[in-house]
Amino acid sequence: MSTRTAKANFDTTESELIQRVCQGDKEAFYRLVQPCERGVFAAAMSILNNPADAEEVAQEAVLKAFSALPRFRGEAKFSTWLIQITINEARLKLRKDRKYLYQSVDEQQTDEQGDYFPKDYADWREIPSETLHRKELREALKRALNSLPTKYREVLILRDVQHLSIQETAQVLGITEGSVKTRLLRARLQMRDALAPGIDGSWSSGKQEYEKVRPW
Amino acid sequence: MKVIEISCLEVWREISNFLDGEADPEMRARMEAHFKVCAHCTAILDGTKNVVKLVGDGVEYQMPEGFSKRLYDKLKAK
Repeated sequence: MSTRTAKANFDTTESELIQRVCQGDKEAFYRLVQPCERGVFAAAMSILNNPADAEEVAQEAVLKAFSALPRFRGEAKFSTWLIQITINEARLKLRKDRKYLYQSVDEQQTDEQGDYFPKDYADWREIPSETLHRKELREALKRALNSLPTKYREVLILRDVQHLSIQETAQVLGITEGSVKTRLLRARLQMRDALAPGIDGSWSSGKQEYEKVRPW
Repeated sequence: MKVIEISCLEVWREISNFLDGEADPEMRARMEAHFKVCAHCTAILDGTKNVVKLVGDGVEYQMPEGFSKRLYDKLKAK
């Protein structure tokens, strides 16, 4: 089956399911949501960074999407639309919840001007697949993700975890495609800075020492 | 055709687009030529690739156990 035909079939199924939901079939809605569950949770996590809150927001977003489905016009894919609702719900929670008082929502609107300079040139070659799951690597990754400003983390998650296109990412976040690219660059370079030197350099290329040369 | 040299700074600005295949062909050729002679930028390219690979498996964003069931129950109760 060609990709085009497969896509056409998928679209038919999606629109058929939507039609069934609008006729009152709740099970059909669950079938629509099920393939998007992981994406919905990750989108909420990218903003809230707290699994319990992200789950609550994911549930609210899905219930909201259920009520709003008759107004869904199919201009975007259902999954993109659902993620957009999730992002909005997560941002709403940020504003309402005192816990997130110091996390400014305004930061979403502006991009830093100027260039980002890598902190060092640590030589981080290809990660051998057997080290991918090493506990200290995963923990370092988690810390690095947590230290990213929300506006960078959300773009990184949407692009590199959920593989949304640049255009879809811009759409769900309500920013320009240029901003998506700028934020993604910053996010990836900051993550590299946080991770490249490793804990002791040993997860990179087996070398016990890593090269650290500052350009200035 | 001679490829025009570019600076490390220009490479860093475009490195993410380069990985996503978003850099235009001319920029791409200039960057590829730069990587051949610049070990530092190559290290940054490799590191950035690793970030994309590591983050990409999504392990850090896996749903908590029972997530689907609780979501389904919420929907059913509505």
